[in-house]
Parts: sequence; C-alpha cells; structure tokens
Amino acid sequence: MRKERSVIPLILILASAAFIFLMLALPLLLILVESFRAGLDFFAAAISDPYALKALQLTGIATVSSVGLNTLFGLAAAWAITRFSFPGKGLLTTFIDIPFAVSPVIAGLIFILTFGRISWLHPFLSAYDLKVVFAVPGIIIATVFVTFPFVAREIIPVLEARGTEEEQAASLMGAGFLTIFRRITFPHIKWALLYGVILCTARAMGEFGAVSVVSGRLRGKTNTLPLYIENLYDEHQFTAAFAVSSILVAAAIIILIARNIVEYTAKKDEDTNVR
Amino acid sequence: MYVELRNINKHFAGFQASKNVSFGIAQGILAALLGPSGSGKTTILRMIAGLETPDSGNIFIDHVRVNDLDPSKRGIGFVFQNYALFRYMTVFENIAFGLEIKKEKKSGIRERVMELLALIGMEDLEKRYPAQLSGGQKQRVAFARALAPNPRLLLLDEPFAAIDAKVRRELRCWLRDMIARLGITSIFVTHDQDEALEVAGEIILTNHGQVEQSGKPLQLYKSPKTSFVARFIGESVIVDDYGLLKGFSPAANAGQGHSASGAIRPEFIRIFTDKGSLRHENGTEDAVVESLAFRGSFIEAGLRLKNMLLTAHHSFEDAPIAVGDQVKVLIYRLYSFSGNQVKLVTNQYVMEHGNGYDYVI
Repeated sequence: MRKERSVIPLILILASAAFIFLMLALPLLLILVESFRAGLDFFAAAISDPYALKALQLTGIATVSSVGLNTLFGLAAAWAITRFSFPGKGLLTTFIDIPFAVSPVIAGLIFILTFGRISWLHPFLSAYDLKVVFAVPGIIIATVFVTFPFVAREIIPVLEARGTEEEQAASLMGAGFLTIFRRITFPHIKWALLYGVILCTARAMGEFGAVSVVSGRLRGKTNTLPLYIENLYDEHQFTAAFAVSSILVAAAIIILIARNIVEYTAKKDEDTNVR
Repeated sequence: MYVELRNINKHFAGFQASKNVSFGIAQGILAALLGPSGSGKTTILRMIAGLETPDSGNIFIDHVRVNDLDPSKRGIGFVFQNYALFRYMTVFENIAFGLEIKKEKKSGIRERVMELLALIGMEDLEKRYPAQLSGGQKQRVAFARALAPNPRLLLLDEPFAAIDAKVRRELRCWLRDMIARLGITSIFVTHDQDEALEVAGEIILTNHGQVEQSGKPLQLYKSPKTSFVARFIGESVIVDDYGLLKGFSPAANAGQGHSASGAIRPEFIRIFTDKGSLRHENGTEDAVVESLAFRGSFIEAGLRLKNMLLTAHHSFEDAPIAVGDQVKVLIYRLYSFSGNQVKLVTNQYVMEHGNGYDYVI
C-alpha cells in the first residue's frame, strides 16, 4: 500500500511533464529555433516587412476594440444577470456561452450571411458605403463574437458570490448607481475583470477561424497576424512564418506572466478582504 | 405613534408574507419584531425601510406616509443581518460613507466618525478592514455606520444572529443601553424570544404573516392573547386534557366538546421533595421524575404525571432529586385554550390563598 502511494504521484507527474513537454514546450521552442535559423538579419527583415507590420497593426486594432467592447458588454450582462430578475434571463445566460460552443468558422459564415452580398442588409449597407465583410469592421465583429464570453463569464460568479447587501446598504444611504459601482461593486470585481480582459486579449490575438472567413485575406489590408503567418506558410516561406509566429508567442508569454501576477494579487486581496 | 403600519399586505410569488399587518411604535422605543422563521418579520422591516413595497396598506413615519418615498429619503439607518460592511473600505470609510453621500464637509465627517468610533469604543481600529474585525466589532461598526447620518429610525435585521452566544449576551445589553442613551426609535427583528424579552421595550409577535400580539414583554409573557403566543413565548408544555389535573376543571374554560387543552410553563410547577415543605397539599399530584438535565442555574426535570410529560425547574437549593424518584408536585396555574383564545387558569386550591402572579416590572 505504502509503495503504491508513492508510485502513483510519480507516474502522474512524469506523465503530465512529458505531455506538456511534447505538446507545448517543444513546439514553442522549435518556433523560436526555426525563426532564427536564417540569422538575426533575416528575422528582423521578416518581422519588419510592411505586410507583417500591417498585419500586426490590424491584429492590435481587432484585439483592442474587441476587448473594449466585450468589457462593456460583459459588465452590463453580468450586472443584469446577477442584479435583476427579468424574463429570458436564463436564455441570456445561455446565449453568452454560444461562442464557446460554435466553431469559429461557422461564426465567420454567420457574418458573411448577415453582412455580405446575399444579406437583406446589403442594400442598406452599400447605400451608405459601409463595408463590413472583407474589411476591418468584419474582422472586429468576428473577433468580438468569438471572445465575448470571457469577461462576463469571469465576473458573473464573483458578483453572485459577493451578494447584493453592500450595494443595498449603499443605496439606502442614498448613493447613486455610479457611486455604488465605483466604490462598492468595482473593488469586488476588479481582479476578475482584469483576468477576463487578459483571457479575452489572448484569444482575440490568436483568432484565426472566424476572421479567416470574413476578412477575405487581402494582404496589407485585411490580413491579421495569424492569417499572414498562414500565407507565408502556404508560400513555403517557413522561416519567415516562424519569425512572425514568434511575435505571437512573445505576446502569449507576456500575457501568461500578466495572468499569473493578477491571479496572485487577486488571491492575496481576497485573503485580506473577504472574510 | 411615531412609526405606524396600517393594514399592510404583501405577496411574494404564491405566498402571502404579510396579512393585514397593523401596529404602532412610540418615539424612542426599542421594539422587537419577534416570530418563528418564515413568519414575515423581516419582510415587515424591509417594507418600513423601503427595500420592499407593500401591495396595499400604509406606512407612516412621524405622521407622514412614506410608501412612495425613496428608501434613502426616509431617514432610516439599517443594520443588515450579516452587517453588509463595505469589505474594501476601512472602518473609518465605512462609517463616513453615508456622510460623504450627503456631501458633508470633510472636517465635519471626520468629527462625526471619530465621535461614533468613541461611542462604539473602537477609536484605535479606524484603519482596519472589516475582514480584520471580530463578529462583535463588525456589528458595532455596522451600528455606527447606520447611525452616522443621524437617522430618525434605526432598523436592525437579526442583529445578533451571526455572533457566538457569550458575546451575543454582552452585545445585546450594550445595544439596549446605547439605544436608550441616544433615544433613537429602533426596531429589530429576531426569532429568539429571550433576546426580545430582555432587550425590547415593546414586542410585536408575528406568525404566518400576521401580528399575533403586540405589547410590553411582560404583558406578552403573562397574558398571551392567542394560543400561538402562549406556545411560542416561554417554554410551555402543551397538555391535551388538563381536566385530569387536580384543581383544574375544564368547565372553567367554558369550552364545549373538545378536550381541555392548555399550556403549562416550567415555572408554574413546583416540585416538593419532603413533606414538611408541602404547600396546598390537597392540590398536589404524584409524579415520577423521568429525566434530569443540567441547565446552568437550575435543573430541568421531566415529570411523568397521569400520562402527561411535564417540564419543571428545580433549584439546587432544594433537596436533590434523582431519575425514578416519586415526588409531589403542585401545578400553580396554566393557560387554557379554547380555539385561538387563551385564559390563565389558577389552581383552585391555590386560589383559596390568593393569586400570586401579579408582578409588574
């Protein structure tokens, strides 16, 4: 019995470590190795290529706008779901999770149907010369769609757990909505919100499927970083593809570190302020 | 009456939380809303505060109807059951919050908060966060926070529920004295009759959304108006047919048909351990001691008497009794029920020597 107990953890630890090494660490390491294969000069040239910079810029725009929109939406939805009872509340809660369940490619197709040539919205959009599909707005909309559960999903459980009594107490003293949000509610959810924003950022930067469908992949116009990497790969420019990939890897590592800091600080904060 | 509720009704999905509730509380009184859980007492408190809206009926504070007045404009201080202290604010910031909302001057706020901290004896803890306080300290901060904006009415929802027994006793005396000192009209909700009897100047006893009886604690204790009050207050034992007991005839109850049921409180029973001390001998009964339980300052004895199991208190000063002992007991009085009516009936043999149940406190 004693022996078994000491063997099982060892097996589990080794299995996990081997799995992570093979599936995550090794591939990431290879990306870095491959990207510098042709030397530093080539690496610099690959990532400072105008198309690469344009793709980086577009990924930045899509990420910032989807994080911004989803923060607003997530806060509103989480507040509504946890603070009010209204018909269709269960439905709203379920709908928030749809992007997790639907394949991103299908999400992309949904927007082609909604805003593309076959849509009944198309006459209206073209009358005002609004380009959604195969343009930047489409990319933003697709990214918002695939990332929208993150913020709301992080905040809802916290708001639920902390209850409404503090807000009620403040409201009884005559505090208005904004004061209550700023001074009572926000301190409770700030770490969850930040955590949601980080996850949302990570997902938005890497989004491929939905964006690939709506963007039309016009190089220098509607290519985001992941799309651009695939372009390079398709053209057998493997080293350049890896070099550009390393930008995304670096961003991912930064996000990971940020996530750990937030997790640690939130834990400490919770230990001191929540019972 | 300073606070007055008239014919208040309130429904929640499928159940009536308040049925025609009416009562009044004079200025400066500390009143208890007492009742078993689910009796609608918290709903009443929340309606006075404006956290719930009654379906019908009127609420008056200082002779002004407040039904349509915003909760924050009713001049109410509210202490929540779990205190609802702002966890991300210090003790000082918690107490100051209500004053800041009222846009009072910084210096004035500081002065008022320090005054309240002195009142609750926590001057040196102003920088602590709620999580760093004990239950009793949290309660006092919640009390100070509610008082800060000078409310005209203080409402407390189960203020002692979350505190351990020893501190609870201290704290309820503290709260009673504090409220008496400040002279602020206050209403607190409790399910604990000891708490209500000890602390409150006035008790409103609720059951199934209705007010069963309201009055001074002794009045409720001594002269329950309904059988519910007689059962709820005190540690009564219900007997199905008290006509079997010496000195009590069901005819006195004038109830027809049904057996004469009633309630006997432990203090209505006296256990005699030796013949010498026996009083009203003709009225005494033989009983067997079935159980004994140590209750601190007295012993609680379970007595088997003609198929009834009664509870009596026995003093340590009297000769000790043991389980299985044959003892003589005298039942001085009991509450007889007829329908929902209650009547205090005294043992005929005791009556001959006058009624001794006329304390006024």
